[in-house]
Amino acid sequence: MLPVHSHLTCHIWQDVICTLKIKLARISSQMQSPSSLRSFCAAAKEMTVRDALNSAIDEEMSADSKVYLMGEEVGEYQGAYKISKGLLQKFGPDRVLDTPITEAGFTGIGVGSAFYGLKPIVEFMTFNFAMQAIDHIINSAAKTNYMSAGQISVPIVFRGPNGAAAGVAAQHSQCFAAWYGSCPGLKVLSPYSAEDARGLLKAAIRDPDPVVFLENEILYGEAFPVSAEVLDPSFVLPIGKAKIEREGTDVTVTAFSKMVGYALKAAEILEKEGINVEVINLRSIRPLDRATINQSVRKTNRLVTVEEGWPQHGIGAEICTSVVEESFDYLDAPVERITGADVPMPYAANLERMAVPQIEDIVRAVKRACSRSARGK
Amino acid sequence: MFCMLPAYSPTSTCINVTQNGWFFPLDARTLVLHDRHLTFGLNMASCHAPQASFFPQISPPFSADTSSSPIVSCRFPCRYASLQVSSPSSGTFVPRAEEKTKTERNIFACAATASRLVAEKPAPTKKKTTITKEEGLVLYEDMVLGRSFEDMCAQMYYRGKMFGFVHLYNGQEAVSTGFIKCLKEGDFVCSTYRDHVHALSKGVPARSVMSELFGKATGVCRGQGGSMHMFSKEHGVLGGFAFIGEGIPVATGAAFKSKYEKEVLKNDKVDAVSVAFFGDGTCNNGQFFECLNMAALWKLPIIFVVENNLWAIGMSHIRATSDPNIWKKGPAFGIPGVHVDGMDVLKVREVAIEAIARARRGDGPTLVECETYRFRGHSLADPDELRKPAEKAHYAARDPILALKKYLLQHNLADENELKSIQTRIDEVLEDAVDFAEASPLPPRSQLLENVFADPKGFGIGPDGRYRCEDPSFTAGTAQV
Repeated sequence: MLPVHSHLTCHIWQDVICTLKIKLARISSQMQSPSSLRSFCAAAKEMTVRDALNSAIDEEMSADSKVYLMGEEVGEYQGAYKISKGLLQKFGPDRVLDTPITEAGFTGIGVGSAFYGLKPIVEFMTFNFAMQAIDHIINSAAKTNYMSAGQISVPIVFRGPNGAAAGVAAQHSQCFAAWYGSCPGLKVLSPYSAEDARGLLKAAIRDPDPVVFLENEILYGEAFPVSAEVLDPSFVLPIGKAKIEREGTDVTVTAFSKMVGYALKAAEILEKEGINVEVINLRSIRPLDRATINQSVRKTNRLVTVEEGWPQHGIGAEICTSVVEESFDYLDAPVERITGADVPMPYAANLERMAVPQIEDIVRAVKRACSRSARGK
Repeated sequence: MFCMLPAYSPTSTCINVTQNGWFFPLDARTLVLHDRHLTFGLNMASCHAPQASFFPQISPPFSADTSSSPIVSCRFPCRYASLQVSSPSSGTFVPRAEEKTKTERNIFACAATASRLVAEKPAPTKKKTTITKEEGLVLYEDMVLGRSFEDMCAQMYYRGKMFGFVHLYNGQEAVSTGFIKCLKEGDFVCSTYRDHVHALSKGVPARSVMSELFGKATGVCRGQGGSMHMFSKEHGVLGGFAFIGEGIPVATGAAFKSKYEKEVLKNDKVDAVSVAFFGDGTCNNGQFFECLNMAALWKLPIIFVVENNLWAIGMSHIRATSDPNIWKKGPAFGIPGVHVDGMDVLKVREVAIEAIARARRGDGPTLVECETYRFRGHSLADPDELRKPAEKAHYAARDPILALKKYLLQHNLADENELKSIQTRIDEVLEDAVDFAEASPLPPRSQLLENVFADPKGFGIGPDGRYRCEDPSFTAGTAQV
């Protein structure tokens, strides 16, 4: 579609792509389901998040020989969640490295190699395991550009599944968005759709700063429609820009990762009750797109934030403060914050369901924010 | 490596074998002392290896009137050692040593020749393994329980009764049974996510473990922990950890507590030991080395048991480890490193008894590497495509349960009927466990916020100025911040 040929020109075309996307999103949000979107778009293919990530890594490794992938089971096992399928066969064991189970060690090695200009992609089997390496993520990666006064930048990507899966209990289910999101020097991204996954991961790999890329295991298998420009090898999304997934007028709901899907489903339910919800897919936790969020709240006057992680010091807390600081006069109701329960993730299935936000929780909170009444258009 | 020896002297000759200039001449441990016979002192203090792992062989055995020179050879399990050869009798004795290093296991043989000396083949220092019938049946029953339980887990998982990550222990039963059945009440066990069988061997009822796996309120952790997080204060099971290496410091801490109770709190009756179970993948992790160092430094009563099943999910141990001999990492920290066949419960038991006794005496930690294998994949979600069928077949032939069965039958310690009745009894226990788990209730909503804190005041003060936990309806809702 667009004559984009190199990394340099893609920056020029970024705004164009974004504008087109916003227009497309606005049109598509008037339709309620992906299948109708498919009939509208000329070239709509479906792609799973897994394939999106795989293709992004593949293309970036092909384009730049300094990019390499390192992590547990990324090579011969084809990836613990098959994200790196085929990459060992394509790029060889020198660029797709199976590591021993030593997160602190191999993360540090990755960071050190990035000091010297390589571009590692460090895969954590889940971000829970990154806690063994968090010293390097924060102290060696995030802080180095500052401590060295700009001499040494760290173009590294830390990626892996974040948050709860299904029945994997307390030590496998934590959401780390808030922890990493509070650290200066890091960029923190969290994709939802296949388009997000491709665009944001490519942007992360090309970025000269350390990026924490929080994926979601449940979303890996989910397929999303992708347009031809998304499939283009030079497609990137800007870091720090949220996406309005669904336009609305009555209330703003912010979410990231899996919760975007829940918010969209809640929006469909609420539409039937006459509440028109605007869903914002944050995409970028740090930097947070405060402008888009505030602009949306100034339009709708109500805000509900949704996240899977723990409530205290969470993403919703930051968004709420931002809106209170910048758009206080526009708020018609207190901000509603939906988060995971303030407990370590229980194993029992029914307790686990209670410990993470469900679609009904979002619906209830939106209704509360709208004073339990449907507003006319 | 070749060293020249001084000529014979009436008292002793020291063959010092050195590599890179390192030399450790320390206490001699005499193995053979006969009149007019060759005395061997083996200086192994730097390695502290148990005597059972080495002893001199004299071949061929000979009598005094022969003129042939016998070869005395010793195999040392550690790299550096010196062999002290002495003879009380006079005569010409020209020792000569040559050393060979095998690159695989760094064992070298040191051979000395002596002429005109009478020597007898020394009595083996290793005593023959004997178990009583009762002990044998206890071991058998425990291993059968472990195997049958794990098979039942697989069935229940595929029927959707269990969910999440389930890691099964099939094939490794000899390690759990061999060690845990030598422990007593008050001892501690700490494990990884592959912890069902460790909990069962330690005495947690099958009902409790099965309920926990089903996520029911009657589970050993009230359904809150799950497959990977089995804790039992009553039975001294300290978990159940998702991250490899996480359990090792915890087990070391339990050992520290025993020592502290004895020495600081002056409680002489305490002699609890701690056993940490972990795999080959863990042995590259920093926490492993940190704990070996501290346990050795503080002489903690702990046994580090490596269940080396050669695979960490799909990563082969050989691909991940610069030196795959894990037992050798013990002597690097000054503790004995022992390698044992983990598919043979009797051999494991023999090593366990010695290591546990060592810990209880206050002699400090031991590192035991058990060569074992898991018959199933890493977890029930693992396609297990990377392990070769030949390797799986090799270890399937060494099934520990079948091996023990064969032993018991061969030594007339039990007959077929007794063993069959054990299997039947275990099957009934498991049927009961499954029925119990099925019939048990799910945790109530009010349980969501329980057990977050030991002191629930940790939930803070509510809007009405009282502690939230004092409100009787507090646990009925989700937590408010």
